Amino acid sequence: FSPVGKMFRPVVRLSTSGVRSLTRTRPCYSAPLASRCYSHAKVETDEEFDARWVTYFSKPDIDAWELKKGMNTLIGYDLVPEPKILDSALRACRRLNDLASAIRILEAVKDKSGPHKDIYPYLIQELQPTLIELGISTPEDLGMDIL
Amino acid sequence: MLHLTTGRVGCLLSKQAVVALTSSGARMSSHGHHEVSDSVDMSQPMYWDRLDTPLPDRPWKDVLDSTDKSLKQKEKGPWTALSKEEKIALYRLKFNHTYPEMKRPSHEWKTVIGGMFIFFGITGLVVFWQCHYVYPPQPHTFGEEWQAKQIQRMLDMRINPIEGFSAQWDYKNKQWK
Repeated sequence: FSPVGKMFRPVVRLSTSGVRSLTRTRPCYSAPLASRCYSHAKVETDEEFDARWVTYFSKPDIDAWELKKGMNTLIGYDLVPEPKILDSALRACRRLNDLASAIRILEAVKDKSGPHKDIYPYLIQELQPTLIELGISTPEDLGMDIL
Repeated sequence: MLHLTTGRVGCLLSKQAVVALTSSGARMSSHGHHEVSDSVDMSQPMYWDRLDTPLPDRPWKDVLDSTDKSLKQKEKGPWTALSKEEKIALYRLKFNHTYPEMKRPSHEWKTVIGGMFIFFGITGLVVFWQCHYVYPPQPHTFGEEWQAKQIQRMLDMRINPIEGFSAQWDYKNKQWK
């Protein structure tokens, strides 16, 4: 099997988000104009989300704190980051001379995939050129994926 | 502060995690002696092993000896030049547990179930003692003879003759249906 790029694009949502409109319970007087009482905030598209995070990690003089903050925040979201975001993060680790964090990031995204066992191999497959270029070994290569 | 509270709450159930947090959080030693220290210096960056927060505020081992320092120097060069053992060593300098080690199953459930059964047992003993020493004598209406007479009276009175009690009694053959 080979997952088509579109299959997981742009980000893999782990929770079944369902139909948002049905969960609104705010009281709304039925105005003659039949306007819905939803928030008027602009919803960020998945592409915008990805681009924002790629830009974040691509900062040339990113510091260790920003890397930590970015990764911890990203892992806190209910999604598995796209390979391009991870690529950017791994390159940030390279700029910071931090191999351990690079391996930790790979472990973290594997854990984020949860029961979906096919996400992590796909990510590694997509990241393979970067991993080879930077010389990052996966946790599996180092025998750290087992107890 | 947010990390502190969520970390503490999340680790309430896992003794090992609490030990790891407290012992290595205190900037007493580089590795952490893995004993529970009485207080952690909250003003210093802490180390933690958390699945949802992969990169803690400080590395696991921050007091480096000369071999560690030379390895860290080598890390500044191309990582392709590092051997597998060196990569593992670099990881272990920065982190205590790997993700599989964090997720290792504990034997805590046996303690919990065992404790439950112990308490059930103690309660059972208490109840048994209570039945023997505390309860007053049973009312005389519970006796075999009285019960028999009571049932006969109920049948004579035709209690619930259609769907209930007396309906189950065969009056012709003087037995239960």
